[in-house]
Amino acid sequence: MCLGVPGRVEELLPNDKARVDVSGNSVEISIRLTPEVKVGQYVLIHAGFAMQIVDEAWAHETMALLKELESYAQL
Amino acid sequence: MRSSNEYARRLLAEIKKERKEISLMEVCGTHTMAIAKSGLRSLVPPNLKLLSGPGCPVCVTAQSDIDAIIELARIPGVTLVTFGDMMRVPGSTSSLVQEKAQGADVRVVYSPADALEIALQNPERETVFLGIGFETTAPAVALTVEQAAALGLTNFSVWSLHKLVGPALDAVFADETVKIDGLICPGHVSAVTGVKPYEPIVGRYRKPCVITGFETVDILEGIYLLLRQLSRGVAEIEIQYRRVVRPEGNPLARAVIERVFVPAEADWRGLGVIPESGLEIREEYGTWDARRKFAIPTRREEPNNGCRCGEVLRGKLTPDQCPLFGRVCTPVEPVGPCMVSQEGACAAYYRFGLDADSRGFL
Repeated sequence: MCLGVPGRVEELLPNDKARVDVSGNSVEISIRLTPEVKVGQYVLIHAGFAMQIVDEAWAHETMALLKELESYAQL
Repeated sequence: MRSSNEYARRLLAEIKKERKEISLMEVCGTHTMAIAKSGLRSLVPPNLKLLSGPGCPVCVTAQSDIDAIIELARIPGVTLVTFGDMMRVPGSTSSLVQEKAQGADVRVVYSPADALEIALQNPERETVFLGIGFETTAPAVALTVEQAAALGLTNFSVWSLHKLVGPALDAVFADETVKIDGLICPGHVSAVTGVKPYEPIVGRYRKPCVITGFETVDILEGIYLLLRQLSRGVAEIEIQYRRVVRPEGNPLARAVIERVFVPAEADWRGLGVIPESGLEIREEYGTWDARRKFAIPTRREEPNNGCRCGEVLRGKLTPDQCPLFGRVCTPVEPVGPCMVSQEGACAAYYRFGLDADSRGFL
């Protein structure tokens, strides 16, 4: 229910809808709450509605703290 | 590029340096599942406790509300449409799945938009959608109500059981008998709300908050950031899950919630009645409010079957400390909602146990 799933936008459709790829399945969702989304971007989907655009720039954010951890290791 | 597994190991090594007794709470069903699945509880040191809070929408629904929707399903001419999790939740004497077996028209959908479609195709019946969930599902339901209004579709309505995360957190932290040192904040709720619901937690209660994603490495990073705040003696809202959560959330989603709903008193399992903690449909959308359409009296009473979900939801008890757990109460024959919903703490404990060694992580 609260489970959000990421999907890749494949095609923009009329009436604020889009066709997205969710783990290989093609699904039609509403993009009314993320109107600026473009083909190729990932969205977080809840109950058939895109709730947020996934920012790829942060996709590797988990590496951000690595430097800090490494600096500890060098102490 | 380093593998995330290697990074996870590094984070875990840092986390293991913690020597103090520390309790962290998560308030999201998806975190509950992810933590259980990864076996993180057995990997972190025993002085670090990971508690599940009131983050599973099905689990926090009061017994009286479950009974009311079962009454609703029994009304002739009503088609009750719901997310799947609600089907097997036991009310005082029945469940939706039992009502369906006895002839009630109860249907499971993935999206409220599907419920609207059912209403369009069955104009002779009253289609009622069970609106449940936190700020993650509320925008979808609100948009569907707006769409029903735009279509003038009067055989569709929503029975709102929606709840807000902020007031429940306030109730948990206000209880001084439960020691919680930091909050693993729900990633997807925060994608809608932004940082606002956690401002009182850092302000009033001085507890660190980290908005965290759902991969094992996200959760480890979230825990690490919480411990770092605690060691520095600060209480701030940090966003670990930056690929999805912006500080302001999603303003369009927040706006549609406000257009359709208004905060109202709600009854929570385990927490009781909390003012302005639920979402009620606004008067101007009264035509689409099933609570106005069908007057069903609700009795406020607590379940009397030995179920201790209420204490589990407040972090007072871990699922395995409940005398019913795994004996009388199992996913096949659940006594309480925390064992029914996949997002429930008891179901997660039952399914994955506490031991991670056999799952090959790290």
